[in-house]
Amino acid sequence: MTSSRFSIVSRFSGEFGIGIAFVLEFILFAVLSPYFFSPDNLLNVSLQASITAIIAAGMTFVILTGGIDLSVGSLVAFAGIITTGVLKSGLPLPAAFLAALAAGLAAGALAGAFAGFCITRFSITPFIVTLATMTILRGGAFVITDGRPVWELPEAFAFLGTGRILAVPVPSIIMVLTFIVSHIVLTRTRFGRHVYAVGGNIEAARLAGIRTNRVLTKVYVLSGGLAALSGILLASRMNSGQPNAGLSYELDVIAAVVVGGTSLSGGKGSIIGTFIGAMLIAVLRNGLNLLNVGSYVQQVIVGAVILLAVMVDQLRRRHG
Amino acid sequence: MAFLLSMEGMTKQYPGVLALSSVNFTLAQGEVNCLVGENGAGKSTLIKILSGATQRDAGTISIDGDAVHIASPVEAQRLGIGVIYQDFKLVPHLTVAENIMLGSEPLLGRSPIIDRAAMHRSAAEALRMLGEEIATDAVVDGLSVAQRQVVEIAKALSRNVRILAMDEPTAPLTERETENLFGVIRTLKARGVGIIYISHRLEEIFEVGDRVTVLRDGRHVHAGDVHAIDRRGLIRLMVGRELENEYPRASLTPGEEILRVEHLTSGRVTDVSLTLCRGEILGLAGLVGAGRTELARLLFGADRRTGGRIILEGKEIAPASPHEAIEAGIGLLTEDRNKYGLIMQMSVRENISLASLADLLRGPFVDRRREDAIARRFTEELRIKPPHTEAAVETLSGGNRQKVVLARWLNTRARVLIFDEPTAGIDVGVKYEIYTLINRLAERGIGVIVISSDLPELLGICTRIAVMCEGNLTGVLEAAEATQESVMTYATHRQRR
Repeated sequence: MTSSRFSIVSRFSGEFGIGIAFVLEFILFAVLSPYFFSPDNLLNVSLQASITAIIAAGMTFVILTGGIDLSVGSLVAFAGIITTGVLKSGLPLPAAFLAALAAGLAAGALAGAFAGFCITRFSITPFIVTLATMTILRGGAFVITDGRPVWELPEAFAFLGTGRILAVPVPSIIMVLTFIVSHIVLTRTRFGRHVYAVGGNIEAARLAGIRTNRVLTKVYVLSGGLAALSGILLASRMNSGQPNAGLSYELDVIAAVVVGGTSLSGGKGSIIGTFIGAMLIAVLRNGLNLLNVGSYVQQVIVGAVILLAVMVDQLRRRHG
Repeated sequence: MAFLLSMEGMTKQYPGVLALSSVNFTLAQGEVNCLVGENGAGKSTLIKILSGATQRDAGTISIDGDAVHIASPVEAQRLGIGVIYQDFKLVPHLTVAENIMLGSEPLLGRSPIIDRAAMHRSAAEALRMLGEEIATDAVVDGLSVAQRQVVEIAKALSRNVRILAMDEPTAPLTERETENLFGVIRTLKARGVGIIYISHRLEEIFEVGDRVTVLRDGRHVHAGDVHAIDRRGLIRLMVGRELENEYPRASLTPGEEILRVEHLTSGRVTDVSLTLCRGEILGLAGLVGAGRTELARLLFGADRRTGGRIILEGKEIAPASPHEAIEAGIGLLTEDRNKYGLIMQMSVRENISLASLADLLRGPFVDRRREDAIARRFTEELRIKPPHTEAAVETLSGGNRQKVVLARWLNTRARVLIFDEPTAGIDVGVKYEIYTLINRLAERGIGVIVISSDLPELLGICTRIAVMCEGNLTGVLEAAEATQESVMTYATHRQRR
């Protein structure tokens, strides 16, 4: 039947353009640099991408509802400090690990819940609410640590950020799992459907019986939780809790989501798109490094590519 | 003598649809040519071509006998073509004068500063030509819909419009405002403006039109004097077949009481009490702003009530949100399907299942096979076109969009369904289908409330008619003994406070 073909085309048309761009980029760097296509380098790219990509998965949910979460960068630091702090609390090791992870993730989820509460109960725009929580959390991270990093962590903690399973970095595995689960949640569950509905037309969604406030709160909890997860991985990689970790990550994350084709006005986009978007930017940085492009020039190029990707996407939508 | 406007052989192909096929349309100075046809007949496409919003594939357009090329909306404006759309293109926070003169503000000499006095003078002049009294320094946000429409027309007039297309201009207007608009149209005619008038309300065509042009499926099927044809003939031309009745007759036998409302009160609704039975179609009549939509929203938990009780099937319910109302068994098909009903980017399937996803879960997941089956069943049953369940709703025409929202509520387990203006902006053929559907729901034992500003429609399909005026329920009539006059008496029955 024609409708099945119709559905495949319409479902993946959003990622199609960016997918092609990604493949072209890949081929370009493979041709220009002999080392680029080696397994070592590709695993390295995935490791470099993993921290922001995991946050981007959560951010995709937020942006799909038409919101934004600026607090994720600060949460990376805050959750890292909470986790490392609990690790050093003197509990016996296995219990300390569990408690530390739980506390870090809970801090992220709670921060998200608080933002969601302010957004839904007081009708303050997400931009303002998360701008405030971004500042509060960053300040909080410095207050708790008095501005000093949390050092001298149990050795086993480093496994999360630096360990490898069958040569694959642990953060890369966690990233892939995060994206698989996020994709399934977004495309197959009722909550996922509600996210799209709320972003498409929040009043129509409410009048169709969707508890829109709950949906909104949940996406900020999710975003906060995933930011905290990244924060824990980063703390493990740096083997310390740094109050200034994750500085301006929110911008890299938003860039990945937008390059991936998710509309900032909500209702349109996908997890697959975000994954490709995050990879495209990571591969670009890696490729430019291999070609010995200076870091100043790199910034210019990365910015231009972000703009170009979104422009092409807009043109395609207008004529499509 | 050459026509003011002559469009010949207009053809426009969209992917998968031939929207217009060699359509001819002419308009003389000072004439009202009514453009009628079902949804999807090609009226909007024709207007879009005229306004420069889209380009024709074939055909010629001439103004005063000279061939013109309308490449853009700016070009159309320069040629004296204006369009009054259903959703007005006014800036809400600016004043009437600022809106009328928007883009052509008079300046103080050669400075960049706006000559405010001249701006207000010109705006007032445009309004005076229409015989309208609206303060030029009033902010548009605070105006009624009818006043905004007048401002929009004045804006066109101030740009020396010669050809004015009006798309469903009376849809949001009350009867008195409609009369007033017809006065404005007569003024425009006297000034030599040619008017293209699009409306689904056929009686208006006979009142205000000189000629009528009928389109069907993108083809031109009739053009002639309005007085050479009657309503029945016009419907036959539009639909392409004889419609026996405009309203299907059902033999409804209302059962026991299903919904009882006692002293329901909110900011806009005052002490309303009424009952609804199983298998009954209760009409809710009244002028625009009488509080009918507000009453529906209270029952649906969409707004806060300040007093009163709602008793559904003998049990008191207190829906604090639409979610709770739906759980209790009440559904509301909102007015303005685009704004409050549909998620435009979502597919037909996703829009249909939106209010019943809870019933479609298998574990934590939405059961796609069942969801697909339901979407397919409704697209077939309600003849939604195109019959693609994966098509985005934004690509559908108005009538088909309404069918999608209808399907959504048909798929819930609602025992009370409220329809707010279910046929607004929908053509005759689809209206009949919607009436038939509402009848079937009632036959199944569902209690139905229909809000409509189309009185003949309420008289045609309802068993009882409740009338509201300024937030009060002023009367309940048996449909069999109700007349337009008796309903209007209650609708204008102001209560002393």
